[in-house]
Amino acid sequence: MANLTLVQAINLALIQEMEKDDRVIVLGEDVGINGGVFRVTEGLFKRFGPSRVVDTPLAESGIIGASIGLAMAGLRPVPEIQFEGFLAPAYDQLCTHAARMRARTRGALTVPMTVRVPVGGGIHAPELHSDSPAAFYVHQPGLKVVVPATPYDAKGLLISAIRDPDPILFFEPKRLYRAFREEVPEDEYTVPIGKARVVLPGDEITVISWGAPVVQCVTAIEQSDQSIELIDLRTIYPLDTETIVNSVRKTGRAVIVHEAPKTAGLGAEVASRIMEHCFLYLEAPIQRVTGFDTVMPYYKLELEYLPEAERIRKAIQEVAAY
Amino acid sequence: MPVRTVLSTNIEYISILDEHGEFDAKLGKDLISDEDVVKLYEHMTVCRRFDEIAFKLQRSGRMGTYPENRGQEAASLGAVYALRKDDWLVPCYRENPGLFWRGLPMEYILLHWMGDERGNQIPDGLYMTPQAIPIGTQMLHAVGLAWASKYRGEDRIACTFFGDGATSEGDCHEALNFAANLDLPVVFVCQNNGWAISVPAKIQCSAPTIAQRGLAYGMECVQCDGNDIFAMVKVVRDAAALARRSHRPTFIEAVTYRLGDHTTADDARRYRDSAEVEMWKKRDPLIRLRKYLVDRNRWDDEKERSLQADAKEQVAAAVKRAEEIAAPSTTDMFDSLYAQLPDQLRIQRATLRTACLGQDPSQLEGGIEASRQQGIEETVSEPGLP
Ligand SMILES: Cc1ncc(C[n+]2csc(CCOP(=O)(O)OP(=O)(O)O)c2C)c(N)n1
Ligand SMILES: [Mg+2]
Repeated sequence: MANLTLVQAINLALIQEMEKDDRVIVLGEDVGINGGVFRVTEGLFKRFGPSRVVDTPLAESGIIGASIGLAMAGLRPVPEIQFEGFLAPAYDQLCTHAARMRARTRGALTVPMTVRVPVGGGIHAPELHSDSPAAFYVHQPGLKVVVPATPYDAKGLLISAIRDPDPILFFEPKRLYRAFREEVPEDEYTVPIGKARVVLPGDEITVISWGAPVVQCVTAIEQSDQSIELIDLRTIYPLDTETIVNSVRKTGRAVIVHEAPKTAGLGAEVASRIMEHCFLYLEAPIQRVTGFDTVMPYYKLELEYLPEAERIRKAIQEVAAY
Repeated sequence: MPVRTVLSTNIEYISILDEHGEFDAKLGKDLISDEDVVKLYEHMTVCRRFDEIAFKLQRSGRMGTYPENRGQEAASLGAVYALRKDDWLVPCYRENPGLFWRGLPMEYILLHWMGDERGNQIPDGLYMTPQAIPIGTQMLHAVGLAWASKYRGEDRIACTFFGDGATSEGDCHEALNFAANLDLPVVFVCQNNGWAISVPAKIQCSAPTIAQRGLAYGMECVQCDGNDIFAMVKVVRDAAALARRSHRPTFIEAVTYRLGDHTTADDARRYRDSAEVEMWKKRDPLIRLRKYLVDRNRWDDEKERSLQADAKEQVAAAVKRAEEIAAPSTTDMFDSLYAQLPDQLRIQRATLRTACLGQDPSQLEGGIEASRQQGIEETVSEPGLP
């Protein structure tokens, strides 16, 4: 066991998978000698050399399009997109090719690639370095979308992702990169994709979140008197409906928390599933505590935009009082 | 049939005031008046000071990430000097000297990097777009701006700036192709500063010049010493004249160097040789320009001292202005999003909540009364700087 940050846990997962499987290669902007702008790929270039850790030209569509080719040829590319705001140029390749290749070719060609992307706000970053676009990709059939919130999960989920036969977007909440450490086994282990985690057990209210806001949820719950169950989805496509439903059938009250804007955010999908499966169990309207339906503001206002603990706490109280 | 050569060509490199301060009197004749050279030198010095202070603001926690322009002052300044006041500027983020010359108050750039979006609210009458953060995307906007000017029968042109890294993005190639094939008056200025964060320019372009990318699209192209303000003025003036006269674009590769880290979040010692930096320090655009002026008895130590003091004062005043602007109110993020704010956003704006019970407490016990007490009503104020 080692006490690792999220960055270190991901770095360890990359090293271990690369040692084990020479089909795994890392590519992207500044991932080589520089070790990535967040240092997630630190040391990889030295260890595995320039043919497996590749600084590409500055072109996201190129990075993803080329990774699709590498993957179809049987490699396991792990491209990095430097910030979530720069996924946009790669949207075309992700949604028109990566997501569809298996279906189009009836499985003759597949795209086992894991796209790593730092995501979200809270670190005083410039414009387009703090967005939360994950739901765009959840909406695209053919992709899987993973968002770890702890170092332990990050390592186990990344290993699962790299071994997964389908294309995966692996969003790394940058606010959590160095926020805390956790015991992470040095031995190899996996965390299954598509399984949520019950962070805190409770039976009066269910709070559902993923990524960086999980930390804010814990704070809000600590400040609340009710018995609250906190679920970290960990994978946002495919959704672990069972864990959500079991909890809400027990509590009858649900608060969903995410950074992205409210409208057509993933909270809407989670709320619908609760409605579909828990209608007769509900004691209060499902609440969504999310970013506003605005463009992510520059950092002076980012904490006003993000679902911070106080806003979550208020919603918990309102649901409890209903 | 014998093999024929269908194209052979050459790319010119323009240098007028070289790194040793040697001046090509023939090429440089009547390019910039001596009075203006003094002004340009003074401006570059102020910009250098601006960078120094911006860097310190970041280090002391008074500003967020900042990309220094240090070492590249001549490139954007020479270009903007050579343009007309009503020509469009479509910059990236290493063009502060050009933008300030055009008249953008320094505090706007500071505000932007201080995390205040109002720094992008370009004052009326300044024909420029805000700094582009997504690399390689803005050149297409220059294409459209130039197109509109041609459509209206005006002779304004558009000049866009971008880095060596940006030339790898698909949008860059689309912009070049549009401008060349639709005959649009665009001047493309690539500031090749050797690096895209930690990635050397040869990863972006393995051809001998980036300039020849223009050639591939069928437009004029030229490489020049981007640290030589005379060369910049000459190539941009020529390109602008061609654009105005015949709606033809030009691709200019300004060879320069990023003397600082990529941004304050970067540490360039991790990936580049200090010897390279030392070599480029000798090619600093300010040093040679000062020598040029001293050689012509237009400059001396006394003037330099008073310029340094003045630069210090100007930048301090800009910092003061930026820091005196009250932080944006929370509602600022709503107010400029649409010409008319949709209802659902008005509710979010008024309550600063997204949870429906928080937005409409009439659903809670106490009913509509509680809702009134919470005061859900909108007052949409004018957006922007006070
Ligand atoms: C589309 C996009 N991808 C990645 C980034 C992250 N990034 C910011 S600056 C930069 C390097 C830019 O290099 P270049 O175009 O040469 O400009 P320079 O910074 O050298 O002036 C990168 C990769 C970005 N801002 N936008
Ligand atoms: Mg560059």
